[in-house]
Amino acid sequence: MAELKHFKLPDIGEGLTEADILRWDVAVGDTVTVNQTLVEVETAKAAVELPCPFAGVIHEIFFDVGATVDVGQPIVSIQVGEGELVGASSGSGGEDLVPTPPIDGGLSQSVGPTSPNGIPEREAVLVGYGVSGERGRRRKRAKPDAVPAPSANDAFGVTPGAHAANAVVPAGRGALAKPPVRKLAKTLGVDLANIAATGPNGSISRLDVEEAAKLPAGTTTAAPSVDTETRIPIKGVRKHTAAAMVSSAFTAPHVTEFITVDVTDMMELRNRVAARREFREVKVSPLLFVARAVLWAAKRTPVINSTWDDKAGEIVVKHYVNLGIAAATDRGLIVPNIKRADTMSLLELAQAMGTLTEVARSGRTAPADMSGGTFTITNVGVFGVDTGTPIINPGEAAILAFGAVRRQPWVVSSDGTERIEPRWVTQLAVSFDHRSVDGQQGSEFLADVAAVLRDPGLALL
Amino acid sequence: MTLHGHVPPEPDLVQLLTPEGVRVEHPDFPLEITDDEIKSLYRDLALVRRFDGEATALQRQGELGLWASCLGQEAAQVGAGRALRTQDMAFPTYREHGVAWCRDVDPVTLLGMFRGVSLGGWNPNENNFNLYTIVLGAQTLHAVGYAMGVARDGAVGTGEPDRDTAVLTFFGDGASSQGDVNEAFIWAAAANLPVVFYCQNNQWAISEPVERQSRVPLFQRASGFGFPGIRIDGNDVLACLAVSRVALDEARSGQGPTLIEAFTYRMGAHTTSDDPTRYRLSEELETWKHRDPIERVRAYLIREAGVAQEFFDSIEAEAEELAIRIRQACRALEDPSPLSVFDQVYVEITDELAEQRSDYADYLASFEGAGR
Repeated sequence: MAELKHFKLPDIGEGLTEADILRWDVAVGDTVTVNQTLVEVETAKAAVELPCPFAGVIHEIFFDVGATVDVGQPIVSIQVGEGELVGASSGSGGEDLVPTPPIDGGLSQSVGPTSPNGIPEREAVLVGYGVSGERGRRRKRAKPDAVPAPSANDAFGVTPGAHAANAVVPAGRGALAKPPVRKLAKTLGVDLANIAATGPNGSISRLDVEEAAKLPAGTTTAAPSVDTETRIPIKGVRKHTAAAMVSSAFTAPHVTEFITVDVTDMMELRNRVAARREFREVKVSPLLFVARAVLWAAKRTPVINSTWDDKAGEIVVKHYVNLGIAAATDRGLIVPNIKRADTMSLLELAQAMGTLTEVARSGRTAPADMSGGTFTITNVGVFGVDTGTPIINPGEAAILAFGAVRRQPWVVSSDGTERIEPRWVTQLAVSFDHRSVDGQQGSEFLADVAAVLRDPGLALL
Repeated sequence: MTLHGHVPPEPDLVQLLTPEGVRVEHPDFPLEITDDEIKSLYRDLALVRRFDGEATALQRQGELGLWASCLGQEAAQVGAGRALRTQDMAFPTYREHGVAWCRDVDPVTLLGMFRGVSLGGWNPNENNFNLYTIVLGAQTLHAVGYAMGVARDGAVGTGEPDRDTAVLTFFGDGASSQGDVNEAFIWAAAANLPVVFYCQNNQWAISEPVERQSRVPLFQRASGFGFPGIRIDGNDVLACLAVSRVALDEARSGQGPTLIEAFTYRMGAHTTSDDPTRYRLSEELETWKHRDPIERVRAYLIREAGVAQEFFDSIEAEAEELAIRIRQACRALEDPSPLSVFDQVYVEITDELAEQRSDYADYLASFEGAGR
């Protein structure tokens, strides 16, 4: 009969609390042998490969590459042995990897400090990822007048070795809370079943109860079942993006301006350029011309390409442009930048943009490519939208949003007569930091970008 | 004439088996050894490596809190370990798994401390192998103290092979910079003690390369203390065996201490908490892989001794069995009983301690379900 074994992230470096998953060497369904490398993780101390403790078949992998995992959380489950799986379940059950010495019959019934909720508290120890289950159980001293109810065990569903890394208490199981917290809940008239648990090992803390007591009666704060909501951990790129956006939005007073522009001439120029031999290997996109227009306009309004240095009390105007291009990737939004874009020819710029996009999509963008940007373009048009109010990349003074380029009716005048023609039309929006850039400068910059896209020949002037 | 102009020549090192597995003779250290004995050394080396690898894996699987691998240093350890006589005493660091093996200490026992279920794990007097010492270099002083006892017991220079005793103490290139080690040198020289200082220079004191610690090759330091020092190829088990035998013989016969510098290389991390790729180049590791202590013995046995593949297969099978036993036994290591704190501290338990022990036993018995 097959059995499901869980491999929990061990403390591989004397007192570490977490590690990042760098690489999985196995996939679900793979047959693995003892000591075969499963995964590479990186801790604060070292990047190390973890060998498999069991021979069997990979049943489930709980964390993707890039995830930060707490020591003690199961990272993979392995089906050991042949035949039907016994006790197979996701994320719980299965044998604890830490060996459990024979359980004393009398002890296993006792309600020790670890057992009211069935989840042993992890103790800080140097070996492995902490003791759990029987290993860590402290025994209660006998008191003739305080014999625990024999049913205590059933009531709280003791599951030795079960792991409770999930903060959300699975439905159908008793809420996890220490006796004083239960007492508090009773006093405040709060039902533990309706409270979101934020304490250790998914237990309900004193604070959780107090928070719940403040809400109107009947309200539940408990996380609804998995079907109706997905909880996505805020980490990695998402966490970084959030911090950057908040910091930017609440330190730099944003002003956003919009302009609608006929880019028919630019689109024609694009076709002519794309047909040229030296441009055969590169992508000649409208974005390329927008980038060139920005570089051109930034020369005329240098402050648009600057940094507000609060500490020094100075506005640092850059004489170079590291042009950031916001890129949507599987990992989230990243903004790599093209160093010294202002010195590049159109061809070089096209090549740089191609490389940048490709590297970003494959998730290989180096941190150095994402730092030191001086101005950013976000190409929201690729999603079919007209424009937006972009938030400035921290450390920069402005950002340009480039909307979709569409065929639209446009009033065209020539020789004193006006007529309506279908033209290539787009919208541009620029957000600028009003601490350093005034309305006049921001407006002139935006008008310049629009002008050179409407009439690329202006760049010759 | 300048004081600082002299550049010393690069020192020789004693080698009896080249990295290619060719047996060479050394004028000062002839070694009479049969091919069967070399086969047995090969077995030692292979099993120690397998055990060490398994322990490293167990640490990565959360079964051990820490492990200090001896990968690459097997020959230095086995050569010295096999030069010991029964009555000799060894004082290891925390990495001498190969010496422990030669002293018949069960490898599983070594894991206890690293699993956190034991503060030592074995009786040093049973196998004449002291407990692992974590404090860098401290064991050299313990060894010197032990050697003083040996001298006072008159177990030196009697000419009786089973009585004359030598003390062998281990340390690394990093510990050689410790005060303790230098004090040990001074005492050993002053009292002409029967102690052999065996320094495994594995080139790296965690992340500090040896050349940043010493201007001279480590073995040359001995001359300043007034006793001989010698450098040997620490990846050559035959050289390690031959030179250790001579040094231990001389110690037993009352000629005093020796410093042996076994020039070797730590192929792995300092411990499992360390990441050597952060401070050393992979080229260096590649260079030392060509000097592997086990491969050269294997090459010798195949090419010069005509040993058949079956022999290597049987060693491999034995290593695999050992690994399985280690793995199971490690996971079955039990926590020590609370009362055991009273057991090992004093030779004879005092009345006061006996009372404390009894009180504590009563206290433990007052718990629910006691009696386990």
